[in-house]
Amino acid sequence: MSPRPGFVLEVDRSTPPTMLWHGDGFRQERFPVGTRVVYPPEPLPPLPDPDAAIRHALEHPVGDSPPLSALLRPGMRLTIAFDDVSLPLPPMRAPDTRQRVITAVLDAAAAAGVDDVVLIAALALHRRMTDDELRHALGSRIFDAFAPHGLLLQHDAEDPDAMVHLGLTDQGEDVEISRRAAESDLLVYVNITLVPMDGGHKSVATGLASYRSIRHHHNVRAMQHSRSFMDRHHSELHSSNWRMGRLIADAGVRIFQIETTLNLDTFPSSFGFLQRREWEWTLRDRAGFHATRAALERTPPALARQIFHSIRSPHALASVQAGEVEAVHDLTLANLYRQQLVHVEGQSDVLTMGLPYLSPYNVNSVMNPILVSCLGLGYFFNMYRGKPLVREGGVLIISHPTPWAFDPVQHPSYIDFFEQVLSETTDPLEIEAKYEEGFATDPWYIHLYRTSHAYHGVHPFYMWYWGAHALQHLGQVIIVGGDRAAVRRMGFKPASTFADAFEMAEDVVGRDPTITHVHNPPIFMSEVT
Amino acid sequence: MLRPPVPAAHELVIADALAGKRIAVTGATGFVGTALVERLLRTVPECQLVLLVRPTRRQGAAERTAREVIRNDCFDRLRAELGDAFPSEIRRRVSTIAGDVASDGLGLDEEGRAALASCDVVVHSAATVSFDAPLDGAVEVNLLGPSRVAQTLLSVASAHRPPGDLPHLVAVSTAYVNGGRRGEAGEELVTDTPYLTLPDWPAEVAAARRARADADAESRSPSRLAELRAAARAELGAAGTALLAERTERLRRDWVDDRLVELGRARANALGWPDAYAYTKSLGEVALVQTRGPLPVSIVRPSIVESALAEPRPGWIRGFRMAEPVIISYARGMLRQFPGVAEGVIDVIPVDLVAAAIIAVAANGPAGDSPAVYQVASGLRNPLRYGTLVELVERWFTERPLYDAKGQPIVVPTWSFPGRGKVQGELRRAIRALEAVERVVRGLPVRGALAEKVSSVEERRALAQRALGYVELYGSYAESEARFRIDRTLALYESLEEADRKTFCFDPAVVDWTSYVNDVHLPSVVEHARVRTSPGKRFGDDREARQRRAILSPEPRCAVFDLEQTLINSNVVESYAWLATRHLSPVRRARLSLELIAEGPHLLAVDRRDRGDFLRSFYRRYEGAPADQVRRDCWELFSDLILTRAFPDAIQRVRQHRALGHKTLLITGALDFVIAPLEPLFDEIVCARLGEREGRFTGELVETPPTGEARALLVERWAAGFGLGPDAIVAYADSTSDLPMLEAAGHPVAVNPEPKLAAIARRRGWPVELWKLSRGGPRRPLAVSTRRLGARTVAPTATSRGEGRR
Repeated sequence: MSPRPGFVLEVDRSTPPTMLWHGDGFRQERFPVGTRVVYPPEPLPPLPDPDAAIRHALEHPVGDSPPLSALLRPGMRLTIAFDDVSLPLPPMRAPDTRQRVITAVLDAAAAAGVDDVVLIAALALHRRMTDDELRHALGSRIFDAFAPHGLLLQHDAEDPDAMVHLGLTDQGEDVEISRRAAESDLLVYVNITLVPMDGGHKSVATGLASYRSIRHHHNVRAMQHSRSFMDRHHSELHSSNWRMGRLIADAGVRIFQIETTLNLDTFPSSFGFLQRREWEWTLRDRAGFHATRAALERTPPALARQIFHSIRSPHALASVQAGEVEAVHDLTLANLYRQQLVHVEGQSDVLTMGLPYLSPYNVNSVMNPILVSCLGLGYFFNMYRGKPLVREGGVLIISHPTPWAFDPVQHPSYIDFFEQVLSETTDPLEIEAKYEEGFATDPWYIHLYRTSHAYHGVHPFYMWYWGAHALQHLGQVIIVGGDRAAVRRMGFKPASTFADAFEMAEDVVGRDPTITHVHNPPIFMSEVT
Repeated sequence: MLRPPVPAAHELVIADALAGKRIAVTGATGFVGTALVERLLRTVPECQLVLLVRPTRRQGAAERTAREVIRNDCFDRLRAELGDAFPSEIRRRVSTIAGDVASDGLGLDEEGRAALASCDVVVHSAATVSFDAPLDGAVEVNLLGPSRVAQTLLSVASAHRPPGDLPHLVAVSTAYVNGGRRGEAGEELVTDTPYLTLPDWPAEVAAARRARADADAESRSPSRLAELRAAARAELGAAGTALLAERTERLRRDWVDDRLVELGRARANALGWPDAYAYTKSLGEVALVQTRGPLPVSIVRPSIVESALAEPRPGWIRGFRMAEPVIISYARGMLRQFPGVAEGVIDVIPVDLVAAAIIAVAANGPAGDSPAVYQVASGLRNPLRYGTLVELVERWFTERPLYDAKGQPIVVPTWSFPGRGKVQGELRRAIRALEAVERVVRGLPVRGALAEKVSSVEERRALAQRALGYVELYGSYAESEARFRIDRTLALYESLEEADRKTFCFDPAVVDWTSYVNDVHLPSVVEHARVRTSPGKRFGDDREARQRRAILSPEPRCAVFDLEQTLINSNVVESYAWLATRHLSPVRRARLSLELIAEGPHLLAVDRRDRGDFLRSFYRRYEGAPADQVRRDCWELFSDLILTRAFPDAIQRVRQHRALGHKTLLITGALDFVIAPLEPLFDEIVCARLGEREGRFTGELVETPPTGEARALLVERWAAGFGLGPDAIVAYADSTSDLPMLEAAGHPVAVNPEPKLAAIARRRGWPVELWKLSRGGPRRPLAVSTRRLGARTVAPTATSRGEGRR
């Protein structure tokens, strides 16, 4: 039986209440009659033998690339870079796709007699992963074979000796990436493409780059000139990365790109109700939902967070392709869209969404207000092709507790960004001009980024820029059930209930607005015509 | 009537009588003295004044006259009247001689003696007016003062004046020398007063002096010193030897003084006077009468002197006197009850009436051989009922309430006039209860906001104690049933020519009590008390913001930070537990944690006793630990424990100091490797270091961080290295063990203070920062390593960024 595609429901009087994420919990809402609820497609069936599929992909590359085995020879320097803890979400059950792919690559390398192999977690300006997280992504066998010998590295964009400047693109953009990667005879990049933004030239040009390089595309101008940054062909972010990727190739860095997509089977069966359409809920789903919600209401937030962060997703490998970067990525996107794309007709006045406990940047930590904004205005808002689900000047309503809470280890510069920068202005352009460089070059943040598990000093700025297109496009952002002070600090409006939020929205878009609700999980892409 | 009033044979014209006279005044810096000096200068144009003023350690006598007498707002009227001529007029008419009524011969030099000898009238108004002065001090000034003045006058007169030409001594006493008697008290010498037990005054003087020596000796006994030391420790905690010694010595001196206050009150009560003041004043009169020889003497006895009715302006008052603190405490709602007899008379007399009476007595001259007594009191002529006064005050403050710190009006209580014993009993019980609470909460291991709340118990106890003090001191005056006759004073008044009766009015009948209380006295009291008289929170520049600006000013500063509880919510035991459990199996990890928890109280006790000893003994546990591995583990400790327990505001504050170009110093008992990751925040770190042999720690400290006053010295030296003095030092600490350092700093900041430091910070007005852990950080009850370590993973650097950490 083939899985059903995405679906757009028009709410009528018989529609059961809609389930929404609300951070570390859920809520049920009856949306006004006429509201469109966009449901994601059902998960594609997994590849029957993922390891075989991987081996097949390595030996049958796409684009202008020989098979992996033909690129391997004794005495060569081989570097395997892989996506970090920000992918996939939630973290997948062992074995992780990276473990499968890297095992296959290492087997091939061993068969070819390659013994200078280094693994690099492509962190860009993200936090260092913990040993536990690395072990989970790579499996104990790989971890124990490489880590003790110093062969498992985490990218350090602030180590001047470990970076190399490869030149400027025709637009004057610096290209500076990991020296080990650049000076290897072969760089194998192991990717997981969860959303269409991931992968392609962005893997190396961003994942292994420095602030000096990344600032050319992670900026307000690029965000405001992308429609959207999730649509690679209409994204200034990607255009820049593609220019850089081509320069890296021209500089003689040989990249063998391996990209994978996962199916949308995101939550384990105990959370089955999350992925089922409400009117199709079984008795078990109903009981599961109410029991979970009741239990969560009685659980302290920190404990609830811990429980959620321990969820391991049953994601299964849906496709794998390897070879030359651009050809691989085109195929990856086609596979991703096959799973994730939902066709929606026309925009509405109001867009609503419930946000979960998790974004790419708070794995194993609290989702702070900046990340709420990033996930809602950055990720979810931009998950469109064509035009946004909400019209220009429309209203975005987000449901999330948005606590004024930050992880002091992972997000130290976020704390200061929230206290010192957003208290002055929320305008991305002004923030970029006035504050970015100070945070980016702050020695304490650099120290924490390099030695602890902190995101780079500049990272909160990027998270704020991620919402720049939405901020420009929207007439108002309302957060339901959030910490009022935190919501206001970001320039948004707090509301207690959806009913209040709709009332407030009417002040902006007029009476009886059209409403679209994106139903998640899982995450998906809308094609709006 | 045992004595006839002064015969009014002629009309007295004061200005004529005193024209060209030289008048000496003692106690010119006091309330009555200042009013007298001003009145004489303003209304008796042709007299000269010689002020006998006691030089203090900081100021000479002439300087005190200029600053404490002439600059007082009492002289505003005269200053306005004379304009530019004021300074020269003062110079022309007022001279100052240095002297002290508490020493024999008044401590005069030859010049002073000559100046005093040239005077025709001497007004002795110097006294210790405090009702709770130590007995010996009151004896020296109040008991011996008048007779010393008399003796000195006799002596200087015999040297400098023709025989038989003696000055007239006007001694200011108090109506309450009549003791705690009921009924009418006449204007007669105390020696002639019935129902007064007058002991032999030289014996009383000797006993008072001996009492000082005895109390001092007792205060030095080992058991007393141990008690005082314990009290100092209870207040300051482990603040170091030097501070504890200083505090103990201050407590000892206070204890001796308290003993003498207590002795004074007991002796006075035993003899029938309400307090040591009335008792010493009484015997002072006796001594004066007995030692005056041929010296002509008049005695003026005012009752309770309060703010001026009209001269120099309505409401003028100097100092916070007897009724004022009681009134303000009442208006603040602190005095729920006060003893007193509602229909009794509270004998109040405005200061300008007293000054006028003294001038009239001086002008009138001695009234025969025996000293004449003039009582200046309102009780019989124009009585103010205690109940009326209380009602007026209550109504006044109900209409014009004071406001509390939040800007809400304070509702004043209605007194029901209970007996003194009842009020005292209630207050004593409340104090005992609060003291018990205080003892318990002081030892509680609480910090920050909770500790501040706890330290407010101390404030409440102090308030109750103050209320009790007022009741004990002044309660008897509200209950006094003595009525002071003023026949002679009135006769003197009657003898004044008509114009003088207006200029120098001292007839208590002129006082309209209702308007005096409502329009004169209370507005003046409120004005002097610096209390909040308007609602609403004050906007703008509050003290906290000002202090913060001074701390984070662009001027050069040296900011010094303590580590535990100031920067991070953790301690050396936790970092040890984390490091020690890092490579253990879960079972052994749990066992070690439990062992440490069981040891907790003991460790805490040692730490409280002496920080240095604690560190030395605790760090022995590192003996044999592999140094390199521990050093590597500390980078994980940094992320897993230090940063998760760090206060973001604290780190932000360090960074703010650095951004302003300030120098930053971390001073801590923690080990060097534990805090190594914090190095980028500080210009310098002073910490503990362990010895190392063959790659393993010896468990012995090779460098001990300074504690207590040594810390203060180090910080001062460090700042001096940048050419900065104590004013430029900003010190952040959480407990009294850093009190010497905080005291040495120009800008001390109490961070999440423990109760003792919270109490001290509140008293001294130090800024308090309540820094919290980041909401959203990982919380775990035990400081054990939670990071899983694979059995085969030996090198944690393996997964570092790039080639390893800096």
